[in-house]
Amino acid sequence: MGARYFGAEVRRVEDPKLITGQGHYLDDLQIPGVLHAAFVRSSHAHARIRAIDTSGASKMAGVIAVLTAADFGEQGGKMMPHMVPVAAVKQPLNYQPLADREVCHVGVPIAVVIAESRSIAEDAAAIVDVDFELLPAIIDWRKALDPDAPRAHSGAPDNLVAGLHGRFGAVEDVFAKAPHVFAETFETHRGGCHSMECRGVAAALAPFGGELNVWSSTQAPHMVRRLIAEHLGRDEQTVRVIAPDVGGGFGPKCSLYPEEIVIPLAAIKLQRSVKWVEDRTEHFLSTTQQRDQAWELEVAADNSGRLLGVRGRCVHDNGAYVPYGLVAAVTSLSAFPGPYALEAVDVKVDVVFTNLVPNTPVRGAGRPTACFVLERLADRVARELSLDPADVRRRSFVRKEQFPYSTGMKARDGSPVSYDSGDYHACLEAVLERGGSDFLERQKIALDRRRYLGRGIASYIEDTGLAPFEGATVRVQPSGKIVIQTGAASQGQGHATIFSQICADAVGVTIEDIVVEAGDTGTFPLGIGAIASRTAVTAGSSVHQASVAVRDKAIKVASEILEAAEADLVLEDGVVRVAGSDAQVTLGQLAFRLNGMSGIPMFSGIKPGLEATAFYEARKSTFASGTHLAEVEVDVETGRVEIRRYVVGHDCGRLINPMLVDGQVRGGVVHGIGNALFERMIHDENGQPVTTNYADYLLPTAPEVPRIEIIHFESASPLNPIGVKGAGEGGTIPAAACIISAIENAIAPFNVRLTEHPISPARLRQLIKAATISGETAPIAREEAIMACSIGVKRTV
Amino acid sequence: MSDRPGLEHVQVTVNGKLFERDVEPRLHLGDFLRHELKLTGTHIGCEHGVCGACTVIFNDAPVRSCLMFAGQANGARITTVEGLARADGQLHPVQEAFRNRHALQCGFCTPGMLMTIVAFLSESPTADEVDIRDAISGNICRCTGYETIVDAALDAGRVLRGEA
Repeated sequence: MGARYFGAEVRRVEDPKLITGQGHYLDDLQIPGVLHAAFVRSSHAHARIRAIDTSGASKMAGVIAVLTAADFGEQGGKMMPHMVPVAAVKQPLNYQPLADREVCHVGVPIAVVIAESRSIAEDAAAIVDVDFELLPAIIDWRKALDPDAPRAHSGAPDNLVAGLHGRFGAVEDVFAKAPHVFAETFETHRGGCHSMECRGVAAALAPFGGELNVWSSTQAPHMVRRLIAEHLGRDEQTVRVIAPDVGGGFGPKCSLYPEEIVIPLAAIKLQRSVKWVEDRTEHFLSTTQQRDQAWELEVAADNSGRLLGVRGRCVHDNGAYVPYGLVAAVTSLSAFPGPYALEAVDVKVDVVFTNLVPNTPVRGAGRPTACFVLERLADRVARELSLDPADVRRRSFVRKEQFPYSTGMKARDGSPVSYDSGDYHACLEAVLERGGSDFLERQKIALDRRRYLGRGIASYIEDTGLAPFEGATVRVQPSGKIVIQTGAASQGQGHATIFSQICADAVGVTIEDIVVEAGDTGTFPLGIGAIASRTAVTAGSSVHQASVAVRDKAIKVASEILEAAEADLVLEDGVVRVAGSDAQVTLGQLAFRLNGMSGIPMFSGIKPGLEATAFYEARKSTFASGTHLAEVEVDVETGRVEIRRYVVGHDCGRLINPMLVDGQVRGGVVHGIGNALFERMIHDENGQPVTTNYADYLLPTAPEVPRIEIIHFESASPLNPIGVKGAGEGGTIPAAACIISAIENAIAPFNVRLTEHPISPARLRQLIKAATISGETAPIAREEAIMACSIGVKRTV
Repeated sequence: MSDRPGLEHVQVTVNGKLFERDVEPRLHLGDFLRHELKLTGTHIGCEHGVCGACTVIFNDAPVRSCLMFAGQANGARITTVEGLARADGQLHPVQEAFRNRHALQCGFCTPGMLMTIVAFLSESPTADEVDIRDAISGNICRCTGYETIVDAALDAGRVLRGEA
């Protein structure tokens, strides 16, 4: 195998269609005779449905049907199946496709209007009259476990979804003997995914045979197929789910939504094709989000600042239903102990129901908030002990020689968590070096001019390449073109490019000779989903294994045809040549031969087709890691934060395409900047969403975002054949922690501790003001405080 | 007005081709381009004028096609992403730069970004990074973090100035 493409900055094969307007996103599909759907949704956070009057809407010109749960019999009203059913969920409550008894958050679908156009459907939906009986709602997740708290679901014994617990080491002993223990409380919030393409579903019945075709803007077409088949009581073979071009996912497009059941049900009932495309308001109301956590933690450290242990509790707002297991909460827990070789951890996570849209993973899942609290604790130790925060990391990191390192935690399957490879110290030092040694000086000079510069760091690990598997078929066609088929869907990551790179090198062809078909249950039988930074590891490894098998087979057959020893054959650019002679055969010719000719037997011991299928099974996660450094300036009069510099040290194993990894990292960091400074999904005390447009819910835009400097490390994973680790979420995980750390450093003269994110200018002003004695807005600079929090300046290890 | 009651007659030149349609007054230009003309390269991201995905060039100026009614486009000359490349398939320098710089991932915001930058560079071919960031401040991209989009625009500016 040559490395002609693997590791190179190959331009994406996806781009030509996307830059010319030729992409096919869900709403671009031209489905003949398609009808359009609009949903009637709950306008209350918690209510009983007394009656639904569809009579007016049904009579409108252009309306084909107004459907409620009752119109679909048992399938309309029964609870939808769970994507990841886990025993830890004490109350596995999920949506009905259409609610007919009780609605538990604003935005729950109650009825669907099917009409000749979307605008007619929306007009009719607006006059469907739902008679609600309001029920008390639990909105403040911190109070959800109070004995007298309203129940998110009437009749439920309490609001506890699950109690998770991670523990290792002699916790009580470590804390009792530790010379320093500090307590802190935190509040964290992630917001929504805000893929620029909203969700969407279309369904059509195949003209012959009645196969149900469903197009969904999903990250997990095979999971959606499984659950549609389960809910509808059909064989999977009769349901085909296709993810067309998908305009971003970032987590929430991997959940089964009511619309993914209702639109197929409507198509079957009406025997017509039906399409629904979520609008942005619906996205705010009904696409899952990752909202609040409240943490109460203690950290133990020795006199050198080495972190010894963490213990405490988190209350995690689950929202109203559990469509997708406990992944967000579980990943917050499993993110401990981070990059640190702790002696003890004891963290409980209480997952609680509220009358809000469900909480499922958004880029990074539960890791960014766990990273936030861990990194804030590390900074706290530095601050209390007057240490360089970098020294706390240096003294606490897992060391290179300790890999593979068993942390003491248990993975989701109960097996011990083990970090496979990395060099956390080297990454930290490289980032500090890039950050420059003159910062303290610049900070002092700035402070003399009443300007507040700050610098922060944050380190992280990420479990990537999540179990169980993805698969791929690599098939050479008689034309010589190779098709790669895989269940691993894409939402813009560039999978087709990296699969092509891997395959081209492993087989010995040029990248132009490869096409990739992905995300269609009709072309590949099994798949899990593009989640959890797993596709390069799982599907990439499968493509590699299948490609190697195809190459081996080609060499073997060519050896027979060319009557030459396998060792004398060279496969390059799609042609097998005998070294030192003119004899050759192309891959296309081999494929033609292996596809069979009537009456001519196959070669002995060779199966038909020049193709191979492989399923790479990820038995353990492979751990990416890194350290970020941010430099900010805070305007203490307005609370405005300017990010002046951002440096990323990033280790995701071997890089398949550095340009694409950089893209993942940059996009991830900017998502984290949103989580640090801008993005907050606000609900009022009645559970009404308040921030439902992009004037109220702020996403990062180009002027606020700095250039992201990236330093790559390549600690190959020993766990998979191509040595890679996932890269999709590492940019996001430490970014909020890093920026908040830098802000705290900038305003160190005010002695403010920042224990929450996001932080708006108004909130920052409030904190500064509260900390400023008798309203003084510019206190005397306290150089000691700054010294104590300035990173990477003095090295004392 | 259209001869058909309640509809408006729209005559519009899109990507150099003349189209005539009778449309509902409430149909916005973005939906008109996508659903009436089947030019689905223009994407609808927020329908409240913030995300910029639906940006098209309208009589030489970038506009959000979700904030304008199709009826208002009567007599106008519009360029969409489908009209950027030359008839022989040669990409516009901004398109070429987007590919070279990995300035797109999911591609959903890309048509709006392209149209905004094409319109901006034709007015301000010497724009620097700050200018470009300001010019695309009304276009949201959730994938890239903007840096490579800025780099692509800078590259394209050089090409358009004849420097590269």
